[in-house]
Amino acid sequence: MSVTPAAPSLLGGDPARRRKERLVSRILVSAAMVSIVISLFIVLALLFEAFAFLQQIDLSDLFGMGWFPRRGQFDILTLFIGSVIITIIAMLVAGPIGLLSAIYLSEYASPRTRSVIKPVLEILASIPSVVLGFFALTFINPQIVQRLFSGATVFNMLAAGLGVGVLIIPLIASISEDALRAVPRSLREASYGLGARKVTTTLRVVVPAAVSGIVAAFIIGISRGIGETMVVAIAAGGTGGSLRTFNPLGPGQTFTGAIASLATGSDQVQGGQAAYLSLFFLGLLLFILTLSLNVIGDIFVRHTRQRY
Amino acid sequence: MADLPPTTDEPIIRLEDVSLFYSSFRAVRNISYPFRTNAITALIGPSGCGKSTLLRSINRMNDLVPGAYAEGRMLYHGEDLYGPGVDAVEVRRRIGMVFQKPNPFPKSIFDNVAFGPRVNGVKGDMADIVEASLRRASLWDDVKDKLKQSGMALSGGQQQRLCIARAIATEPEIILMDEPCSALDPRSTLLIEELMLELKQRYTIIIVTHNMQQAARASDETVFLTMGDDRAGYMVEAGVTSELFTNPKSQLTEDYVSGRFG
Amino acid sequence: MSIETPTVASGAVHRSLKRTGPHWPSLIFQGLLAFSLLFTLLALLFLLVDVLNRGLPVFTERGMDFLTSPLSSDPTKAGVSQALWGTFWIGVITAVVAFPLGVATAIYLEEYAAGSRLTRIVDVNIRNLAGVPSIVYGLLGLAVFVGVFKALNIGNGRNVIAGGVTVAVLVLPIVIITAAEALRAVPIAIREAGYGVGASRWQVTRQLVLPAAFPGILTGIVLSLSRALGEAAPLILAGAVLGSYSSGGADLVGQLVGPYTALPIVVYRWTTLPQEEFRQLAAAGMIVLLVITFIANGLAIYLRNKYSRSW
Repeated sequence: MSVTPAAPSLLGGDPARRRKERLVSRILVSAAMVSIVISLFIVLALLFEAFAFLQQIDLSDLFGMGWFPRRGQFDILTLFIGSVIITIIAMLVAGPIGLLSAIYLSEYASPRTRSVIKPVLEILASIPSVVLGFFALTFINPQIVQRLFSGATVFNMLAAGLGVGVLIIPLIASISEDALRAVPRSLREASYGLGARKVTTTLRVVVPAAVSGIVAAFIIGISRGIGETMVVAIAAGGTGGSLRTFNPLGPGQTFTGAIASLATGSDQVQGGQAAYLSLFFLGLLLFILTLSLNVIGDIFVRHTRQRY
Repeated sequence: MADLPPTTDEPIIRLEDVSLFYSSFRAVRNISYPFRTNAITALIGPSGCGKSTLLRSINRMNDLVPGAYAEGRMLYHGEDLYGPGVDAVEVRRRIGMVFQKPNPFPKSIFDNVAFGPRVNGVKGDMADIVEASLRRASLWDDVKDKLKQSGMALSGGQQQRLCIARAIATEPEIILMDEPCSALDPRSTLLIEELMLELKQRYTIIIVTHNMQQAARASDETVFLTMGDDRAGYMVEAGVTSELFTNPKSQLTEDYVSGRFG
Repeated sequence: MSIETPTVASGAVHRSLKRTGPHWPSLIFQGLLAFSLLFTLLALLFLLVDVLNRGLPVFTERGMDFLTSPLSSDPTKAGVSQALWGTFWIGVITAVVAFPLGVATAIYLEEYAAGSRLTRIVDVNIRNLAGVPSIVYGLLGLAVFVGVFKALNIGNGRNVIAGGVTVAVLVLPIVIITAAEALRAVPIAIREAGYGVGASRWQVTRQLVLPAAFPGILTGIVLSLSRALGEAAPLILAGAVLGSYSSGGADLVGQLVGPYTALPIVVYRWTTLPQEEFRQLAAAGMIVLLVITFIANGLAIYLRNKYSRSW
């Protein structure tokens, strides 16, 4: 008996459905491409204007006594030092507090305490940075910084740094907690089985096992600290300009604060003036800095995931 | 639903020199076999020998794995399942599948069964189709009063029968079963085996199983696969079940069915 | 050999099993843990109390007037009505732009092209975008979105649409990442079952995967919106007005392409003014902002808890 030949399009399927599938597929690809386009625009806009900036100024203007953009002084070192100082202060607060909170949540907390602490951290994480800036200016500075250091001025980098620190605590806590929880239970059990206490197990077994995730948390925290604008703009001073300074008890300026203050100046800084273009130059530096940190942090995060 | 199809001697699916790959790794090598219509054919063999891969290639489920592709031909009513212009979605309507772990949709029992016909363009009242499918899956009496209940509220064995009803609803000619009883208790397993014997009058069944007693009990023909030195699965022997089990031609087959390895 | 009961040894065992005396390292460490939690809690508490302390009097003295008055250089008259309008529109534009785009991208990454090389590029790109500081997005907004309006000669380019799109682009990566996670959490078995009965990819996605992932996607959307409403830095660059302004009775379209401001911007402005009255106004504005933020986040958490199911 011969095989009954199938109708030519036996397995062709419903053409209307296939057409719809193709259409949906195309729409979705276009959506995904938008994100790439955005990246492209960011890079191009920054590069374009930053280049225009560098062409307009004298390169020696980049190294001077301070950052006074409206006077043509664009000492980036001033801003870099400011960013670093504030970030260091922030990490001195957020690093230990965030990590310890994460350890508590992951290793010590009962489900009931967890259900209290986690919301606290989530609430803190949701607070807009303007509020933290206000808090730094009107509370942290007078009540804490100025009480401890009589020489501190109304605007200073220490208060701003502490504000940024409080802002970052939830971020470091959450990434560290993920890393700690990813450590398999068997490792803890092995340690307990050998007669070790909780402290020892936590500090000598769990934390070292989670170290790449914790490092990632710190790196991402640093990146966030460098990119923070509002707290700095409100509490660190430096609007209009700043001398190069290492003194955290006085005002200072960061990359982000400089951009913000340029844009809010009473004079309508715009167009092709060097001061306007310097916005993008700073933006480019900021972008490169934070991107590098994030890429490194990401590598550490993936390293943690791969181990388990 | 249609009446019983006429019996035929033609194999409903003929595999010709089929090899299956995941990217550059060959998982299954050079399989040729005619699967008899209205029969139950069992695919047996040790773990990792590619039985599931082979089964899933028949309804092109492997297409969903990035990098997976097939060589050779699979002739279904004379047309190559992997030929150009073939819509994999249509293949899956005609060749249904029941999975190892019962996986009903998080929907009502009614909607579970009606889903297949609906997405394939059947419009209008589904009640008849749903009832017929549930009856053929020996589930109608259990659920006829609770069609609106969630499919996931049933017991394991009932869920699997629901999945069978769901697969039947699209009127496939072939039902592929990937170790359908391995997650079930012995009583449910027996129920499903009895069900299979009823179903084969109307459908062709190809079943992957680890359970040799099940293969011996329930199937008409058996295909025995094992893993070669190149880590690809290949067909050692195949044929009528009773002969393969009592009078195997290959020593490997004899070793496997008597439990010496696998 | 007789079996002696070694009394000395059993005493030592007994003692070591009882472990008398405090273990200082443990106590110190636990003390540090408690301290860190306390610190966080107190920081939050002091912040909220401070804001309430300064801001509530504004409401008790002026009541709803604060919410219905426009900006003014006179602190007794200034209010956040324009800011609320601006924040509202920023929210709407963010929702309209970022949510469909973000969910569509997530669907593409998870359901349509998982594993392809383009997907990996897009994925890396999104994660990088998520880490870009918000002020850089402001620069993008200034250069591109404001620029487009300026090129089309629509006002001076600084309008709420440009600001809204800027913020939308900022939260887009968050929407994508949370939506993708929600999609990933749907078990493969559901998809396989769908494909198994001959459903097409879009049918499986729309009828099986999306409904299952919907609570997670919704939570992500609400969180992104909450974040969007609190952003100030990008809006500073995208042209939100800091001082007072008047829309001069323009119609809706006129207002949409005219000057605008937003709640976080107004708060920022008032914070930087020296007079104490403006500090109080800032605090009052922050109360409004925090109420909005907390409602949004609370909603997100409620949704997450209500719909979280263990598969």
